[in-house]
Amino acid sequence: MTTATLNRPTPTDEAARRRRNRGKKFVRSLPGWAGIVFLLTIGIYPILWLFLSSFKTQREFIQESTFALPEQLNFQNYIDAWTTGDIARNFLNSVIVTVPSLTMVLLFGVGAAFAVEVMVWKGRNLTLLLFVSGIMIPGQMVLVPLFIAYFKLGISGTYLPMIITYVGMGLPLTVFMMAAYFKAIPREIFEAATIDGASMLRAFFSIGLPMVRNALFTIGLVTFLSIWNDLLIALTFTTNADLRPIQAGLLNFSGEFGQVSYGPLFAGICINVAGLLVLFIVLNGKIMKGLAGGALKG
Amino acid sequence: MKSVLSDRKTILLLLIPALLFYTAVRLVPVFWSFGLSFFEGDLRGFDFVGADNFVKLFNDKELGQALLMSGKYAFIVTIGQVVLGYLLALFYIFVLRKSSAFIRAIIFFPTVLPTVAIALLFKRFFEVAPQTGPVNAILNGFGLPSIDWLGQADSAFIVIVIMELWSSMGFFAILLYAGLIDIPEELIESARLDGATGFQLVKSIVLPLSLPVLLSALIFSFNATIKVFDSIYALTLGGPGTSTQPLTLYMYKTTFSFQDYGYGSTLALLLTVICLVVTLAIFGSARRDRTKA
Repeated sequence: MTTATLNRPTPTDEAARRRRNRGKKFVRSLPGWAGIVFLLTIGIYPILWLFLSSFKTQREFIQESTFALPEQLNFQNYIDAWTTGDIARNFLNSVIVTVPSLTMVLLFGVGAAFAVEVMVWKGRNLTLLLFVSGIMIPGQMVLVPLFIAYFKLGISGTYLPMIITYVGMGLPLTVFMMAAYFKAIPREIFEAATIDGASMLRAFFSIGLPMVRNALFTIGLVTFLSIWNDLLIALTFTTNADLRPIQAGLLNFSGEFGQVSYGPLFAGICINVAGLLVLFIVLNGKIMKGLAGGALKG
Repeated sequence: MKSVLSDRKTILLLLIPALLFYTAVRLVPVFWSFGLSFFEGDLRGFDFVGADNFVKLFNDKELGQALLMSGKYAFIVTIGQVVLGYLLALFYIFVLRKSSAFIRAIIFFPTVLPTVAIALLFKRFFEVAPQTGPVNAILNGFGLPSIDWLGQADSAFIVIVIMELWSSMGFFAILLYAGLIDIPEELIESARLDGATGFQLVKSIVLPLSLPVLLSALIFSFNATIKVFDSIYALTLGGPGTSTQPLTLYMYKTTFSFQDYGYGSTLALLLTVICLVVTLAIFGSARRDRTKA
């Protein structure tokens, strides 16, 4: 008791020490602040520069400094990119390809994961292994045969080659990840449902699916990004310019306008970036967790 | 009870669609592609040429260059991604502590951007003419002449590496951050009480504990970088000449520009074998290390 009172610092001592600490703390945190400023600069400036440049006129690009702010908010570049630059067409193509691909990857993937993880049958582990081994195979290994097959089937000039390929490419990771989630759910839950008269298929849709809803959403985000941002498959299977999704279109866009028309090109890139920026602002936690999780397990 | 869970109809109904797509798009083409490497031809037809394509591999100068480029790129970018990512993760945890969420998100953002958009952005960022891009403008500001970054092999390679690291370091930071945050607070605190400081603390406590997650990051990074295609295709198209052309791009050009499907398949096979061998090698060496320790 006495030692405790002896050791307790007087109020004035305490305040002085705190003040000293604060000064020391500030000096010690200087490198931290420098680091923060540096990171913010390299993280934000390129995107900001891109955005500001998208409002500049051709004259400003050639004559003014690259660091100069645009003289006015000139939306003409956006109009040009969207209409004459065909970004509208490319954007629509991306939507037409992504929506069915994503839907099928998720629906078929979660179904297969349920079948190999919850259902009991011989060879289910082998089937899961079969799916997982697909994650290792580079996309280039399957391009040539698929190109020939689509040509022989006569579907080369349609959206189908892209859709079919994206579904096949997206499935392994989805099956693998969803199987891991189903593993955590006791089988008895599904059995109990069937006692109440539901079929196993019904149990999958009304109990299984809702239980893994969050995980499915996260994997959906990851798969969406991989399809929307893909170039290899879009490039290989669009022999016709009218079918080009946004990435392939943007690449060609810079070709058509050559070195000359900066404004519409910057606007085109901005349109591409803006949508993803909104998505990221709303869902950054889920996206970051999903991408990192997929990498570590895959 | 067991009969419900092994209901054949349900299993088939749930499994068949996925299995069908997977088999058609991934399994069959792998074997088909393997078979094609013994043929020569294009969409009009194929001739059996035996092992000719494999012999060609050994006398192909452009392949040598492409392999070198892929190897150099994968090695440098993998190390860069993991080291930068790790430094960032340490910065998040030990300097920013609880208030790192905003910076983490900002630095991560380029990961979700399409490589095409990033490549086009960097092309302009490092541009010489007609508009002087920011990088050259800064050089000019210091009185230095502009550099034609994408016009020369070495500087083009540098731009590719910078671009790749800029767009992926935030991702690797999160990957490694997740591993670091699992290290118990008490462990670090007790080491601090024992007098360990900064660098020492990282070297003898944090680093050994984050080895498993570093290894995962290394494998993941290498697997992605050895398959690099989109970003180089969009930034340099392998140029100038073929100086920044990786194996994937060489395979793509051989097949779809020169219509040599047989040799293209052989190159794809080579790529697949390289991916498998390196991954297994990293796994193997890691296992040996662990048994030693």
